Amino acid sequence: MPSEPLVAQHVLEFPGGYTRTTGPVIGRFLTELRDGRIVGVRTADDRVLVPPLEYDPGTGEPVTDDYVEVGPAGTVQSWAWVEEPRKGHPLDRPFAWALVKLDGADTSLVHAVDAPGVKAMRPGLRVRPRWKPESERVGHITDIACFVPEVTTMVSVVRAEYSIQPGRSLARFLEGVRDGIFIAGRCTRCDKVYVPFRTTCPQCGSVIGEELELPDTGTVTTFAINNLPDPRAPEVPFVSAYIMIDGADVPMIALMGDVPAHEVRQGMRVKAVWVPPEERTLSMTNIRWFAPTGEPDVEL
Amino acid sequence: MGNRCAVIGVGQTKYQTKRLDVSIAGLVREAALRALEDAELTFKDIDAVVIGKAPDLFEGVMMPEAYLADALGAAGKPMMRVHTAGSVGGSTGLVGASLIQGGVHERVLVVAFEKQSESNATWALSTHLPFNASLVVGAGGYFAPHIREYMRRSGAPDHIGTLVAVKDRQNALKNPYAHLRIPGISREMVESTPMLWEPIRYLETCPSSDGACAMVLAAEHKVTGTPAWVHGTAMRSEPIFRADRDTVSPQGGKDCVADVYRQAGVSDPRREIDVAEVYVPFSWYEPMWLENLGFAGEGEGWKLTESGATALTGDIPWNASGGVLSANPIGASGLIRFAEAALQVRGLAGEHQVDGARRALGHAYGGGAQFFAMWIVGSEKP
Repeated sequence: MPSEPLVAQHVLEFPGGYTRTTGPVIGRFLTELRDGRIVGVRTADDRVLVPPLEYDPGTGEPVTDDYVEVGPAGTVQSWAWVEEPRKGHPLDRPFAWALVKLDGADTSLVHAVDAPGVKAMRPGLRVRPRWKPESERVGHITDIACFVPEVTTMVSVVRAEYSIQPGRSLARFLEGVRDGIFIAGRCTRCDKVYVPFRTTCPQCGSVIGEELELPDTGTVTTFAINNLPDPRAPEVPFVSAYIMIDGADVPMIALMGDVPAHEVRQGMRVKAVWVPPEERTLSMTNIRWFAPTGEPDVEL
Repeated sequence: MGNRCAVIGVGQTKYQTKRLDVSIAGLVREAALRALEDAELTFKDIDAVVIGKAPDLFEGVMMPEAYLADALGAAGKPMMRVHTAGSVGGSTGLVGASLIQGGVHERVLVVAFEKQSESNATWALSTHLPFNASLVVGAGGYFAPHIREYMRRSGAPDHIGTLVAVKDRQNALKNPYAHLRIPGISREMVESTPMLWEPIRYLETCPSSDGACAMVLAAEHKVTGTPAWVHGTAMRSEPIFRADRDTVSPQGGKDCVADVYRQAGVSDPRREIDVAEVYVPFSWYEPMWLENLGFAGEGEGWKLTESGATALTGDIPWNASGGVLSANPIGASGLIRFAEAALQVRGLAGEHQVDGARRALGHAYGGGAQFFAMWIVGSEKP
């Protein structure tokens, strides 16, 4: 059996950190950073390098003395997502390392982007620096804590809260539903029966005076099989059906139950399934659904 | 019908799922500026602005017309908002036209929009009011039963809806503004998508789009460029809960189209109309409206679709632009139909131009198929 390898931890760290001279070009860049500005340097062939370099990497020539303020906004050129940040990373939550081309620059700067998620990252994303507070800035690239996306959307919470009182006709209908019956109204002028009960005729505008009780049986005229979930239906698929209550002239839209969705038919005879009387309130939820009666279908 | 009126400018935005780069104001302005550019005019030349959109709940901005006045150069001018549910785009065009026909104004800017990505239309259309147990889930949940009833009555085979879904998306490939551009769209592709509200499949429904459309309407003495002349305008509505209402072929639609045909002198629409832009948000509504609008007899609409008559190469192309099935910024969808009809008779429809189109129908419907707006435009002065 092999023995455990002999392992020891060893730390190599110059006490206090190295002191590194910046030279005039990098020094200018870091000084400007401490003041909350980002500058690049112009090359002899008129390109702006950000971060500045002391010598043109293309030609080896010295850069000019012309410092140009760039950004602070820029555009993400490419990026890599860090799902699990490590110790020493600039952020303690998932972030992107990105090449950011600041406005006015000809080269890109590597920095962290604090995006809400990987889906927010894309080439072309507009970002801006999030600066450390001035008192904490020391003249270091980390004076920019990170970059953050520009604001392009805002959340607008719109909420209206109402107290709703059913009108006289709906209140009357719900009283019936509480007692297990459907109350309808007949327009004597059109000779049409409307359920739920209503007090005016939608066709002729007459006041509906005559109230009548209809049975809780009817015929499915047509229906949809819904595959999108809805809080009012127990499961998907569910059937929302137009049901012509016996004696009515307008259909009601209601949930079908006690039958597989694909066995519902146009012309099917159905009956309301009520919740037990002690559970009933002034609400349509008293009707659990409509279920087939088993009678022969009606010819439509 | 009043004074003569013509379309002298049309502007559209690209329709897409999310226009993240603009505000609502920026969106409507984009369409308005394009319409003005088409008419070679500026906001200064406009006498009044009419704006349309569907329910405010879609964007959660109440009375958006007040906020949008600045973006549409409406300061100091009459500005009004129209709302007739899904038909609102068409109604907006007609309210604008009526201001010209009635001699009130000389040049009117009409704009319609929706920015559906700000919320969710199915949510906004299914608010579940207390006491009411009407179990309708979104527009598809409302219209699916009526499509089922059409299929039963007409005996149409199941694949008719698929044919329309394919045809309109093929047309969309020729329209740079269309939202859904699906290369290689085929029956197999449509049939492989799930039923959302059976009998409606996913690819038989319209998309949710952001977008705006605008038109400049002018009185005869202000007409410039290549106009589309208005030959007839009509709106109708009907109560949704009326007894004996035919939800498959609503009387409001029949009355509306009879009125617009009478004004335009059309007696045989199949022969006398060259191209139609008709509000078809679910594919089966093409055969249903073919019958409602008199292009086919009752129960015969699906045969016209099946024969290819409504394709871009057929004798009566319907929705050469790709239609609502290919772009649906709801409030704008009706105005887009009207604008595309105008583009066709102006000969400016681009790759989806129907050769020699001289007379076109624009159609919109809304609510529970209870609001209708239609116009007929032509290349000739009426």
